[in-house]
Amino acid sequence: MVQKLDTLIETPSQTAGPYVHIGCIPTFAGVEGIYPEDLGKRAIEEGAKGEIITITGSVYDGTGWALRDAMMESWQADAAGKYPGQPGADPKVNGFCRFAADGQSGEFTLRTVKPGKVPMRGGGFQAPHIAVWTVARGINIGLLTRIYFEDEDNEGDPLLSRIEQRPRVETLIAKKTGEGQYRFDIRLQGEGETVFLDI
Amino acid sequence: MTDQGVLIPRNREIHPLPYYPDYKTSVPRSPNLPLLSMESTPTEEWGPMFGHNLLGPLDNNLILNFTQGKAPAVGERILVHGRVLDENARPVPNTLVEIWQANAGGRYRHVKDTYFAPLDPNFGGCGRTITDENGYYEFLTIRPGAYPWPNRANDWRPMHIHYSIFGHGFGQRLISQMYFEGDPLIDRCPIAATIQSRSQLDRLVAPLDMSKARPHDFLAYKFDIVLRGRRQTMFENKIEGM
Repeated sequence: MVQKLDTLIETPSQTAGPYVHIGCIPTFAGVEGIYPEDLGKRAIEEGAKGEIITITGSVYDGTGWALRDAMMESWQADAAGKYPGQPGADPKVNGFCRFAADGQSGEFTLRTVKPGKVPMRGGGFQAPHIAVWTVARGINIGLLTRIYFEDEDNEGDPLLSRIEQRPRVETLIAKKTGEGQYRFDIRLQGEGETVFLDI
Repeated sequence: MTDQGVLIPRNREIHPLPYYPDYKTSVPRSPNLPLLSMESTPTEEWGPMFGHNLLGPLDNNLILNFTQGKAPAVGERILVHGRVLDENARPVPNTLVEIWQANAGGRYRHVKDTYFAPLDPNFGGCGRTITDENGYYEFLTIRPGAYPWPNRANDWRPMHIHYSIFGHGFGQRLISQMYFEGDPLIDRCPIAATIQSRSQLDRLVAPLDMSKARPHDFLAYKFDIVLRGRRQTMFENKIEGM
């Protein structure tokens, strides 16, 4: 026998299910009047510093069908690379946003400010990116990925550098479709499968 | 909360299998390729924080919050309560806990739910609270009903309450479900069965807790939650301002 560790084990995940919106974006489910507004309705407030951008996309399953029931959350730094809560962070940047795939088209939209590069512990930087967490019916543990930008310097980013199959890097890069407009699709499985993260 | 250290890597073995054919929707929605693993970065170590001023007085009372106190929901009145801890067995204070659930008849108030059990005009089905300095939380609600769902020919969900917990870093984010002690449908549910370890599934089953039940009012169930912890050693490379 050996001594017992006194650490605990994490609670296991379960799928968020098809009705996740009731808990996370109640007005999307048609539940009104419990809260003044949905949590995470806006990534930024008026007056946030930096370039305002809109990212549009869909989440596709292994058959190429766009999910109509996905719920997503984003988390990012402000234009100077500071996360909310860090000293000097832009008070107009909430950093966190919730959005859902449209029930008809399956398309989602995130309006936010383009994040700055984020300093790493021990030196170096991460290229500008937005963390995105996707949950839905059939997803048993939330899927984490990142949105990077094709018009930023992604060279040397510690996460992108670790992707062995270089064409897969493209699955994490939002494509510019217009001034302040980007496209970012998530493919859960199969050809062009998005790189999901275990961080 | 000033501790923003490295997160302990997630032990994926204790979590459900992403691909589990008896849960049919997981088949086209689970990645085929391995996840990219690496040590946490500030992106995962920091996360959204919500203040107690976010909360309205009835936010954690699902019996009354849909009608703002005008009329109570139908069903068996229960208190669900517990603590949010991390893997280091430290309480997680000031973290948002959100729940959602079906009504007493097993029907969700959602545009997509067409089950013929009726909606309760006095029940919305969601609530939220923020843990206190000891990581403690509680909700007053009604026991949700079991309900059938389209999967195999005759699948029923056990009674359950969905949980969403934030922690203090985005990498601690967790969504799960609480089941009820003694429900025979747990062992027949392919969603519960996505968890391979019986002892891990048992951790989602809340016991009846008569110590918190209020006579002539409500029963109580206890549900503790453990989030990922942060590595704590004296050898961490601590850089000021991170």
